[in-house]
Amino acid sequence: MSVIIFADQFEGKIKKSALEAVQYGAKVARQTGTTATAVVLGEVGAEELAVLGQYGATKVLHAADARLNEPEAGVVTKVLAEAVAKENAGIVVFSHNFSGRAVAPQLSARLKAGLVAGAISLPDMANGFVVKKNVFSGKAFANVNITSEKKIISVLPNTFSLEPGSGTASVEAFSPAVSDADFRVKVVKSETISGEVPLTEAEIVVSGGRGLKGPENWALVENLAHALGAATACSRPVADSGWRPHHEHVGQTGFTVRPNLYVAIGISGAIQHLAGVNGSKVIVVINKDPEAPFFKAADYGIVGDAFEVVPKLTEAVKKYKGN
Amino acid sequence: MKILVCISKTPDTTAKIAFTDNNTKFSEAGVQFIINPYDEWYALVRALELKETQGATVHLITVGGADTEPVIRKALALGGDEAFRVNADSTDSFYIASQIAAHAKQEGYDIIFTGKETIDYNGSGIGGMVAELTGLPFVSIASKFDLNGQTATLRREIEGGEEVCEVDLPVVVSCQKGMAEARIPNMRGIMAARTKPLKVVEPVAADSLTAIVSFELPPAKAGVKMVPADNVEELVKLLHEEAKVI
Repeated sequence: MSVIIFADQFEGKIKKSALEAVQYGAKVARQTGTTATAVVLGEVGAEELAVLGQYGATKVLHAADARLNEPEAGVVTKVLAEAVAKENAGIVVFSHNFSGRAVAPQLSARLKAGLVAGAISLPDMANGFVVKKNVFSGKAFANVNITSEKKIISVLPNTFSLEPGSGTASVEAFSPAVSDADFRVKVVKSETISGEVPLTEAEIVVSGGRGLKGPENWALVENLAHALGAATACSRPVADSGWRPHHEHVGQTGFTVRPNLYVAIGISGAIQHLAGVNGSKVIVVINKDPEAPFFKAADYGIVGDAFEVVPKLTEAVKKYKGN
Repeated sequence: MKILVCISKTPDTTAKIAFTDNNTKFSEAGVQFIINPYDEWYALVRALELKETQGATVHLITVGGADTEPVIRKALALGGDEAFRVNADSTDSFYIASQIAAHAKQEGYDIIFTGKETIDYNGSGIGGMVAELTGLPFVSIASKFDLNGQTATLRREIEGGEEVCEVDLPVVVSCQKGMAEARIPNMRGIMAARTKPLKVVEPVAADSLTAIVSFELPPAKAGVKMVPADNVEELVKLLHEEAKVI
């Protein structure tokens, strides 16, 4: 009964969120006295596969089929179900990233394996198989017992920091039975914002709100983000006004982020926004209103005009990084 | 064309979250309930737009007790044609998906829309599970859905970008921001909703694969440390030396 982890890749590189899942899956394997097998689909180089050993996988099943580079959820479900049968796996681990969100529920229904989506703890096996997850969009946690024999966990990205070790994994070629008829969703094109840090994987996020007054002032946010190596984000009114694209909207109805550092500029901190960011390890709030509710949820705060404070902060960060 | 929209009742986004019964039950005291925003603003409204532009019958389904009826009436007021309430109470995604899939197989839909997740249990599982249980293809977290004959063109979120894909109907789609703009029901819709059919059906036998043991609230923040606006260097120093995040 091994643990299988779906180590999904993008353009030949294993996603950071997938490495977090591998590390988590390897820990679950140790807890349950078994081994961790990572499944990699598509064209990925040997060096990249070797990295999986450093995060605790002892075996890699690699299906180097070019059709599986950007496969639809249904195809991945079929392939993983075959891997589960082949390895006699009792537990399957995903990242709760975009592909995990698409595939984990399908595999759950196929295997009748209970799913905890967005896990933030290792399973507690003292009394069942209990995994903690965020509920109410980050305003609370639930401890969920998986009662089925087979179990699936998807791990919330940016929750467990990566600690590479010196382990190695054996790589085994895997040829799942996939026919052309299995491909029902055809990818026409993919547009990626290369060179930018994906918001949900970012270690640092700089976010702007209505206090910035208009899209023409966004250089303020971008310059600070650039100095910090951060991704940029925004509040809902900013996305709704079209100042920034929807995929930057953080909050209860946008993305939930859990970076090490979240810098909020000109955001008052409505409860819906806080729900999307309160998993951040450290929150810095810059706002000219000392009564802004966001200060109550912050670790560090500056009361001041963003147009004066942020450029100075950007310079101070550059100076610190230069040393 | 027949479209099914899956509707969930959730607490309002401003609701204060508290628990009762030794932290095993969500406290509904003083809580306003709404249609899960992803179900309403994106899944339902896109279905209504398709109904208006191409002609379609829009069915709604929810799994829940009688207390979900005000929410489903609102969805009818927005323009849904007929609603089904599966009379069961569950927090297990597989159980709920099994109910929806059983109904969908019986009715036969061209499109099944769900929200990308609910804002209460955040399982994001119903769409994928319904697709698996009905044998239909699944496109997750879509921000755009256009229809040309029997072929849908969708835009969906992937890590660090977006993807455009095509699929032939029937299909299951989970919806997010971008799909449509939120609407407010008008008086005519509200009046019409009173007489639209809302059928209560008994659940089919299905397994629950998970159970919530308890809830917890996050620990309170220790308190904010204020830094003077004219000393940003101090903030950089604190972030480096104390918080150790840069």
